Formats: sequence, C-alpha cells, structure tokens
Amino acid sequence: CRVMTILNRRDAADMSEMVPPEVRPKPAVPAKPAHVVPSSAHTPHGPGAGGPGSGGSTLLGYIGIDTIIEQMRKKTMKTGFDFNIMVVGHSGLGKSTLVNTLFKSQVSRKSAGWSRDEKIPKTVEIKSVSHVIEEGGVKMKLTIIDTPGFGDQINNNNCWEPIEKYINEQYEKFLKEEVNIARKKRIPDTRVHCCLYFISPTGHSLRQLDIEFMKHLSRVVNLIPVIAKSDTLTPDEKTDFKQRVRKELEICGIEFYPQKEFDEDTEDKSDNDKIREAMPFAVVGSDKEYQVNSKRVLGRKSPWGVVEVENPNHCEFSLLRDFLIRSHLQDLKEVTHNIHYETYRAKRLNDNGGLHPISTGVGDTQESNL
Amino acid sequence: MSKDFESRQWSQLDASDCGLLSPISPSRPKSPWGRFDPYDSQEDQDKEYVGFATLPNQVHRKSVKKGFDFTLMVAGESGLGKSTLVNSLFLTDLYKDRKLLNAEERITQTVEITKHTVDIEEKGVKLKLTIVDTPGFGDAVNNTECWKSVADYIDQQFEQYFRDESGLNRKNIQDNRVHCCLYFISPFGHGLRPLDVEFMKALHEKVNIVPVLAKADTLTPSEVKKKKLKIREEIEQYGIKIYQFPDCDSDEDEDFKQQDHELKESIPFAVIGSNTVVEAKGKRVRGRLYPWGIVEVENSAHCDFVKLRNMLVRTHMQDLKDVTRETHYENYRAQCIQSMTRMVVKERNRKYEMCFPFCLYSKLTRESGTDFPIPMVPGITDSETEKLIREKDEEVRHKIKRHMKTRSAIRHCFSRPWPLFHFLLMPPCLINQL
Repeated sequence: CRVMTILNRRDAADMSEMVPPEVRPKPAVPAKPAHVVPSSAHTPHGPGAGGPGSGGSTLLGYIGIDTIIEQMRKKTMKTGFDFNIMVVGHSGLGKSTLVNTLFKSQVSRKSAGWSRDEKIPKTVEIKSVSHVIEEGGVKMKLTIIDTPGFGDQINNNNCWEPIEKYINEQYEKFLKEEVNIARKKRIPDTRVHCCLYFISPTGHSLRQLDIEFMKHLSRVVNLIPVIAKSDTLTPDEKTDFKQRVRKELEICGIEFYPQKEFDEDTEDKSDNDKIREAMPFAVVGSDKEYQVNSKRVLGRKSPWGVVEVENPNHCEFSLLRDFLIRSHLQDLKEVTHNIHYETYRAKRLNDNGGLHPISTGVGDTQESNL
Repeated sequence: MSKDFESRQWSQLDASDCGLLSPISPSRPKSPWGRFDPYDSQEDQDKEYVGFATLPNQVHRKSVKKGFDFTLMVAGESGLGKSTLVNSLFLTDLYKDRKLLNAEERITQTVEITKHTVDIEEKGVKLKLTIVDTPGFGDAVNNTECWKSVADYIDQQFEQYFRDESGLNRKNIQDNRVHCCLYFISPFGHGLRPLDVEFMKALHEKVNIVPVLAKADTLTPSEVKKKKLKIREEIEQYGIKIYQFPDCDSDEDEDFKQQDHELKESIPFAVIGSNTVVEAKGKRVRGRLYPWGIVEVENSAHCDFVKLRNMLVRTHMQDLKDVTRETHYENYRAQCIQSMTRMVVKERNRKYEMCFPFCLYSKLTRESGTDFPIPMVPGITDSETEKLIREKDEEVRHKIKRHMKTRSAIRHCFSRPWPLFHFLLMPPCLINQL
C-alpha cells in the first residue's frame, strides 16, 4: 500500500519531479492487504494488489501491477538519485569523521586536502562537497554541506542565520525551476534533505545555543540531533543525558525528525515511536581499523580498550546508520519535498500574491515577477 | 674565634640526671626535633655548632600550628568535569547539593562566582581549602566579556588584602587572594577557542593560570599528544603567560631534573576525574567504567591526574602562593598606588588653578619661588561652585595658551631686526615677561 500512495501523490504534485522509489530492504513479496477477501473459487495467485480503489473485489487473474516496483527500480538505477545532508555543530565534534564513517568513504572535506590547522572562520561559512558513490548498481550523488564556524565565536548571536538563509535559498532555487514555463525533465535537487545537529556530550543538558538553533531550524528542515563523541559517557551517564535532552526538546517544542505529526499510519507510528525513544543517538565515528578478537573493526584505541564503532553495546552508530540510510532515506526526501518545501512555497505565494511563470528558461532577468 | 667555641662546654651542665640528655651524646640535652634534628648524626655530635640549622624546623612547627590556606579557582564551560575533578583532587564532596539547571533556566543566568570552603586535615597538618567556581561561564549564546566578573572578583580580593595590609590591626588578616586558577580546555575543539584565549589573556597577569585538558578519556594517546602540542603553540603564539614552574637548580640530581622536565612537557595536564570506585582486575580503583574498558584516574598511563595533584598539592602549592604574593599582588598594588597618586596630583593641580584664576601661570611660579602646586583650599564640593571652578579653569587655560603664543611671537619678532616702533605697541605686562 506504500507503493500506491506514492503513485497518488505523484499525480497531485503534477509530476514535477520524479520521486524515486524507496530504497528499503527489498521485501520479497508485498504483504496481502487485509481487506482483500479471497473468494472461494478464485484466489488471486499473485499478491492481492487491492489498493484503496478495489476494496474487497477479487482479482480474476494476475495482472502484473506489482511489477511496477521492478520498473521503478530499474529507472532509479539508471538515473541515480541525490541526497543532501548538512552537518552542524561546534568545531571538533567529529562531524567530518562521522560522515566518512556513515558513507564508508572519504566524502567530507577532511579528505579533500583541507588542513585541520586552519583558523576558525569569523562568521559561519557554508561549504559543500559532492561525491557520487555506488552500491549494488545504485548510484547516489551525495552532497555534504558543512558549516565551519558555527558556535565557535565568543558572540554567537544569530549564527544560525546564514544556515537558515542557505536552506531557504535552495528552496528558492527549486521553486524558480518549478515555476518555469519550459521546465527541465529532472530538476536538480539541492535542497537540504537532512540536517544532523551535533550535541556536545557534556553530560549535563543542552546548551542555549543548541536550543536556539534547533528551535529555528526544526521548522525548515528535517533535524536529527546526535550526541557526538559519546565515548566520553559511561552507559549510565548516557541514558541520563539522553533523557534530559529529550525532555528539554519536548519542553521547548522542538520537533525533530521523524516528526510525530507526519506519521501516516499506525505502522509508521509504531516504527517511528521506537526510533524517537532512542533518539538522540549517541555516536562515535572512526575511520581507523583495529583488530579485536580476530576481527577487523572500525574503532578508537585507548590504553584501556578499543571502542568499536559498529558494536551496539558501545555506541549507537549502527542504529543511526540503519535509520538514516537503510530505512528512512527516501522518507527524508519525501518529507523535505512534500512538507518543508511546500510550506516555503505556500509562504512565497501568499507573500507575493501569486507567482508568474517566467517566460525565458533562465529567468534571472525577470526577477521582478516573483 | 675557635677558642670561644671551645669554651662553651656542654659538659658544664648538670643535667645528666634529669633525663633531658640525648641518648647519643650524654652531654647534650635531648633534641626536641627527634629525627628531624639536623645535628643527629654521630659525627655532628663531636663538633660544636651554633644550632640555627633547626630554623626550618621551627618555622615548620609554627606554620603547622597555624594551618595553611589555599584558594583554588576553577574556570571553564559547564560540563567539562570541573566539580568532579575538584572532588577527586581533594577527596571530598564539595558539590553534594548542587542542582544542575536545564537550558531554559539558564537563559537569564549571568556568570556567578561561588565559594566553597572545606577544612581538610592530614597527618596533623590543617589545610583550609577554598574553591572558587564560576558557573555560567561560556554558556550563553553571546559570551562577550563573560570573564569580567571573574577578573573583578580577583581584583576585589586583592583590594581587600591591600586595605587590610594598610590597616591598623594586621594580626588576623584573612588571605582570600586566589592562588591558582585551573582553566579547563574542552577536548572537543581543535586547540584553544577564541573564548579560551580571551579569558586567559584577561587574567594571566592577575592569577596563576594552569591550563588543564578536560575529559581526556575522549582522546586516544596520539590525539592527546597532538592537542597538547597545539595548545602549547597557541599559548605562545597569543602571548599568554601561564604559570611557569620554577627552574630547578643545576645542582639537583638527574632524577629530579627529569621529573621537572616531564612536568613542563605535560602542560596542559590531560585529566580525568571520578568520584566512584570501580573494580578492575580484582582491585578497587577510582575510575570510569565503560563497556570497552576501565579508565583508572590514578594510572599515569591513562591520564595526568597524578601529575596535576602532585604539582598542585605536594610540590608547588607553596610556590603558587609565593608567586601570587610576590608577582600578581605586587603588580596590583603598584598599579593601585600609581593610579591613586595620579588622581591626587590631578586633583591638586586642578584646585590650584581654580584658586588663582586671573594670574598668569608662570608669573605665579616665579613669585612663589616653587614649582610645586600649593596645597589647596579644602571643601569646595557643591555643584555650583564646581561649575564656577570649571569655567575659571577654561579661562585660565585660554589665557595660558594666548600667553604662550604671544611669547613665542615676541621672541620671533626680536630675533629679527624689526623697526623699534613695534615695541611700543605691546602691553607693558608682556614686556615684563621678556
């Protein structure tokens, strides 16, 4: 039924963008929806693809509607898809290392010859790096947007403003493309799909800057708070800290991804509830491998032991990775497109009393229309 | 000279039957210093000494009776383990009733200064330890000048001591001056942050700063080394004067020199604190229990806690107090006195001019025969007269300026062969000046 809902939404959005299918772990066969009652004589052979429309009617033969999944898969593999992730946090919290660990390759700026001895910039800068990575025949254009200088100054008032501006600029770019008369077949999507916010593991509670930032940005982008360098916390401290952080987020009304209000059905809700209970994930990143019990693992070695990054007893990195990449990657993009982008679009339309399509393809000369 | 010594024969004393004689040499009274007696060895017994080598012992005894005091300040962002470290260092629980505020409550918090005092006694030696904490430091979004209240506090203590010292009753002066400031550097950054630099620069001439790398169990040994180097470089680059360990004398033994060198190389100390005792390899140690291992606080391979404790308590406590007294406090005192004198001189000059408003300055000094401003008419303080004084001040200043101008013009005139009738145009009093 998830597949069907995508098709419906596609109609509504006027086919302006091809929304690629989910990259969930491929189920062998979609489950039979409960309301299709097999008739005594003619049991549908294939999966009962009775969606909302057919409510109860039995199928007389196998049509092959389910092959749409395969077709979409093939298309996606050809075109590939893009994913934009932004990392925000004080310098030194291991953002670049974590991103490298997540995508198992040197994708962040850290590898691009950027020396770690650079001075802290005076204002928040936005730097983005793109890579194309491929796995199982599927190509992904991954863009990491880094924000050096965030929270590092003595006076950090409004340091989230450049970030908010950047995100809105990406929406604006997409909007302009959408509003064109002659539209591109596939609008390049530079919108930020996900923002990982790194919380410093003080063990006490959130800092004021954290709250201010998250308040402002949870409304424009999917925000995923993450506890950085969590090998500094013992298990008890970790649980206490997480509880305190969650409580504070609730008190301040900060809705991080997955947002409760966007849960579509009970299945989603229960899955997401479990995830929300476990957030914010306490992670450790590393790009070095060590030998532990005759296995090579990614980790950090100290005189007192080796912190294994992918060991769920040590840290929650694998939970984050599964959540971010293996199950909710597509959902992140959808929520960005259907909710955050639509909110921005609606605001723009209301503000300007209507958008006029730009006659030329480029549209930069006719700025006044918008 | 030696004859005099020889004439002092202890054997003249008849104290042999009083049990007051030392067991080694029956001709001498039993030394009150016991095994600390510098004259205890066999060969010393035969020589004649004055006996003042026992002075250090006497000083020691007096100070032990009086007890020691030490004020330690801890500064740094919240969540860096300051309280835990203090508790571990001194094996106390100073922060039992502390309530941690959450972020909402902390929005309106400014940097406070809190003091906790505890009396510790160990082997008969009493220590009155005061810990000065700075909650709220570096926690706000805008942290401009958040070190101001810390600097003000330190100055206040100096001022208090200065006043007490200049007072009449100096018997029981309470020394609240801050002897040492442990500044906690976050291990999550890449070296010093702008806030760290500003704080240390504002305070390095008021207090002994000992930088400390907090929560060092986050870092692997190579990361610790890299960070320490970077921090030391940055400290030099920004001209921050942290507490310098006194150089050891050239005649100390190699071991001591080696230790001293190691100590200097360990700055900033990478520390871990813990209030809990955990079981490790069958023995109980203070440490932190992780799923991947146990960090022992007192293991030098794990962190520099032992080095810091030794430095702070066992070897350099007195030196810290001395440097505070001799350098920081003296600087403060000198500055204070200088600014006071400047104020007094300015006041005097101003009131002097006010009192003689219509005369020219130089004429007056010539007449009075002295260059010093004459001490003034007291008590003119209300605002109207102040205004009058200021107006007169301005008039005098203008007159002086004009006078100086004409004087240089006249000199200029007379340096050239000008016709004489110009001379007649000048007012008589100015001619007088020439």
